[in-house]
Amino acid sequence: MTDHHAMPGHHGAGDDHVYLALSEAGPEPDGEARWAYGTGFSDPLLGVDTTVPAGLDGADLAAYCLMLGDDALVLAQRLTEWCTRAPELEEEVALANLGLDLLGQARLLLTRAGQADGSGRGEDELAYWREEHEFRNVRLVEAPNGDFAHSVARLLLFATARGALYRLLAGHPDPVLAAVAARGVLELAYHQEYATAWTLRLGDGTPYSAARMQAGLDAVWPLLDELFVPHAVELRIGADPSALREPVLRTLAAVLAEAGLTVPEARPLASVGGRAGRDGVHTEALGPLLAEFQVVARANPGATW
Amino acid sequence: MVTAPAAAWDVAAAVPDPELPMLTLAELGVLAGVETEGGAVTAWLTPTYSGCPAIAEMAADVDARLRAAGYPDVRVRLRLDPPWSTDRITEDGRRKLAEAGIAPPGPAGPPLLRLGPTRHRVVSCPQCGGTDTEELSRFGSTACKALWRCRDCREPFERIKEI
Ligand SMILES: [Zn+2]
Repeated sequence: MTDHHAMPGHHGAGDDHVYLALSEAGPEPDGEARWAYGTGFSDPLLGVDTTVPAGLDGADLAAYCLMLGDDALVLAQRLTEWCTRAPELEEEVALANLGLDLLGQARLLLTRAGQADGSGRGEDELAYWREEHEFRNVRLVEAPNGDFAHSVARLLLFATARGALYRLLAGHPDPVLAAVAARGVLELAYHQEYATAWTLRLGDGTPYSAARMQAGLDAVWPLLDELFVPHAVELRIGADPSALREPVLRTLAAVLAEAGLTVPEARPLASVGGRAGRDGVHTEALGPLLAEFQVVARANPGATW
Repeated sequence: MVTAPAAAWDVAAAVPDPELPMLTLAELGVLAGVETEGGAVTAWLTPTYSGCPAIAEMAADVDARLRAAGYPDVRVRLRLDPPWSTDRITEDGRRKLAEAGIAPPGPAGPPLLRLGPTRHRVVSCPQCGGTDTEELSRFGSTACKALWRCRDCREPFERIKEI
């Protein structure tokens, strides 16, 4: 998407370089040409062979990429909400970095979805112009941030499970999905490591920090199981997520034991007639998130900058 | 007009990275290949991180440099497989990073899930060479960097983290 070009600190070095390139390019009637955005180079799959491999159903591939892409996109938005609100500047930068990784994965997956279903919809159209019931993310990622421990708990669950899924998908027959997963495995390893380190620090800290961490885990735990409930599309074209339940729960249990925390016994959040996030059935938290996320694009259709 | 592949490679290889301008795209390992066919040049780039915000600028820069060097027909493409790794940073690149005060990465690999006592990699300070250093934050000003501090010279420094 086109609204995120700079991380904190990108300027400085980057600006010098832009000026250098400007001066070396010689007379340039249109200075905009030296600015990458709007020049056609912002396609996250620029020049990549996007043929859907024989034997794969394009509609299924698109639906699956939307599921994974929406997970990443919605959690990226939640992580971004911590900007200016994190307990320390270092954590704010960390959470923004994690969000940026997820946003990059989402851009690739949404772009792939728009190609695979033959609709030609780009990442922006899919991100900004779908309605709530068209989003295919699990409900875990849309839940409000809560306090810092609550967000750490959600990140721990998601990163542990998503890293394990990406490991399986790195061998997927679709080369784009496989490439996103292969890159994502290492990115998610950093996310998991970050969430694990904070879970240990808070759980093994003071009685007060442990209680807050436990409360965060208790709050998000009912949303974990949805990650392991296979949707028909996942069974046809993806990896069966039910195979992840046991190894992910084992990893999480080891972290919580080390942190002196208790594995919650809360039951999974019920689906609605067997339908949940993967079918577009969401909690009341997604609507406000999307309203904020989509408002600028919808107020200025087709705007570029 | 130059037409040899090596010449086109040299042009693309010399483009500086937007976020680490002391390195070229070749030294960073982002330039994955250059091919010429007739007068047409195709350059492949491999993004560092999924969310690398600089890739569009890199592509525009490579395109502009090749055109300025006399190639009228330039295509820039992304190559996602195999994924970029810090192991692709060349020896020259590592030296230039250190000279700029940025500690180069060690051998690539995922961070270990640390449940027991924390054991960090030994990282030398790029300012004074001291080894009494500590990580302040795994995340820094760009996706590829972490923030460290040297207890010998008491200066903070950035470090490319392994991926
Ligand atoms: Zn030092």
